[in-house]
Amino acid sequence: MSTIFGIPAPALYGQILIGLINGSFYALLSLGLAVIFGLLRVINFAHGAQYMLGAFAAYGLLSYAGIDYWPSLVLAPLIVGAVAMAIERTMLSRLYGLDPLYGLLLTFGLALIFEGAFRYWFGTSGKPYSPPAQLTGAVNLGFMFLPIYRGWVVIASLVICLGTWLLIEKTRLGSYLRAATENATLVQAFGVNVPRLLTLTYGLGAALAALAGVLAAPIYQVSPLMGSNLIIIVFAVVVVGGMGSILGAIITGYVLGVLEGLTKVFYAEASSIVIFVVMAIVLLVRPAGLFGREA
Amino acid sequence: MSNALLEVRALNAWYGESHVLHGVDLDIREGETVTLLGRNGAGKTTTLRAIMGILRRREGAIRLRGRDLLALPLHRVAQTGLGYVPEERGIFASLSVEENLALPPKVADGGMSIEEIYHLFPNLYERRHSQGTKLSGGEQQMLAIARILRTGASLILLDEPTEGLAPVIVQRIGDVLVALKERGMTILLVEQNFRFARKVADRFYLMEDGRMVNSFPGNELDSHMDELHSVLGV
Repeated sequence: MSTIFGIPAPALYGQILIGLINGSFYALLSLGLAVIFGLLRVINFAHGAQYMLGAFAAYGLLSYAGIDYWPSLVLAPLIVGAVAMAIERTMLSRLYGLDPLYGLLLTFGLALIFEGAFRYWFGTSGKPYSPPAQLTGAVNLGFMFLPIYRGWVVIASLVICLGTWLLIEKTRLGSYLRAATENATLVQAFGVNVPRLLTLTYGLGAALAALAGVLAAPIYQVSPLMGSNLIIIVFAVVVVGGMGSILGAIITGYVLGVLEGLTKVFYAEASSIVIFVVMAIVLLVRPAGLFGREA
Repeated sequence: MSNALLEVRALNAWYGESHVLHGVDLDIREGETVTLLGRNGAGKTTTLRAIMGILRRREGAIRLRGRDLLALPLHRVAQTGLGYVPEERGIFASLSVEENLALPPKVADGGMSIEEIYHLFPNLYERRHSQGTKLSGGEQQMLAIARILRTGASLILLDEPTEGLAPVIVQRIGDVLVALKERGMTILLVEQNFRFARKVADRFYLMEDGRMVNSFPGNELDSHMDELHSVLGV
């Protein structure tokens, strides 16, 4: 068996794949967080709960309405996005202009409420959610077996991240979003309905989290705690990438996912802290993050 | 004045608890260039911000073509045909020159095309792919004015366009305003530099301590020099 740095090659490739899959979720979730923070200046602690809600929406659609995976990829983000827009209109919008701590506390409270409610209804054990028949099985890449569903998650995540980046960087709506991030009042003084833009942005960010939740459901099972387990890592990814930086969130998500996977191979004991060590170093060297704009 | 494009009546405004505008009256007719003169802190910028609706705590009446603007949210005010060029220019760093130019949505027909704008401001064409904030101060001011010309706004609120600029750039901006005036645009200009403003102003309003203290036609500027020196502190 071939080895790389003394590690069996299949084990190394396997961990890189796991890193890429985790990185896909880090990238998707941190992308939504970055979009929301960039425009609303809200540190959305409910993001993990919205990821969990996406997974439960898919689970509920299948269990109670017989709607399977593919329609759920669209329906679950729409449902969670609509709930998020209602939250933004009725609650978050009252906190704009105040200290960001208020938004953080509100969304943290909402996350606790959602998690508590779903724990009450479904318990804490994971609910199984099968991948679609078209994505079961594995392919032999020669150097390792790749589970098809996991390969799909990596590709889908890349496409979604690229699509979101293009939306923000190359469209008129995206230029409104970028401009409003800098000076929302002036953008509104040009005739753009900025309050509606804020609502849509929060809905979009939450929908991205929900989409990640649907993609995650067949891999990690559906559990009320699945979001809270992930959200702290995702915040670290956003900080490393640069708060509000879309490109930073995407690249950092994948890189840190792979770094975490490689750490499992070479020094497994450090794998759960490596992302936070990187965050601490980046904060010391470049407080605005790798892709953030220095104030 | 019944034929006014913009009518402001008894406008009072507050920053928090601080009462900053005291019963301001102002009229602008279609095609006119009206200049608000006053020293720093007199309330000129505040008047523009209150008309636009950026400053929300206001009382009185603001009507554009007879339509009351006071109750409208900020974006709806802009959609009625008010174009705002802020004192700080408001060029967006994350957008290129061309994206900055295309940012404000059209509010009416009759705005300039991008080609016409580039003809009027050739520098902007040469630097259209540059980041907006990489332009010089004068070019940023041109861009700030240019992007409003695209929208078809019927009245442009222009806040201190010459502030901090070199004389040669001030001259260029003056030429641009003359060109806009010849095209029949209606402009409310805030300035401290009355020598600059006299090239384009049809009428002047003098402000002091949040109040309008006088108004007179542009061709009577010389006969109000003593008052100007007193109000402007020059």
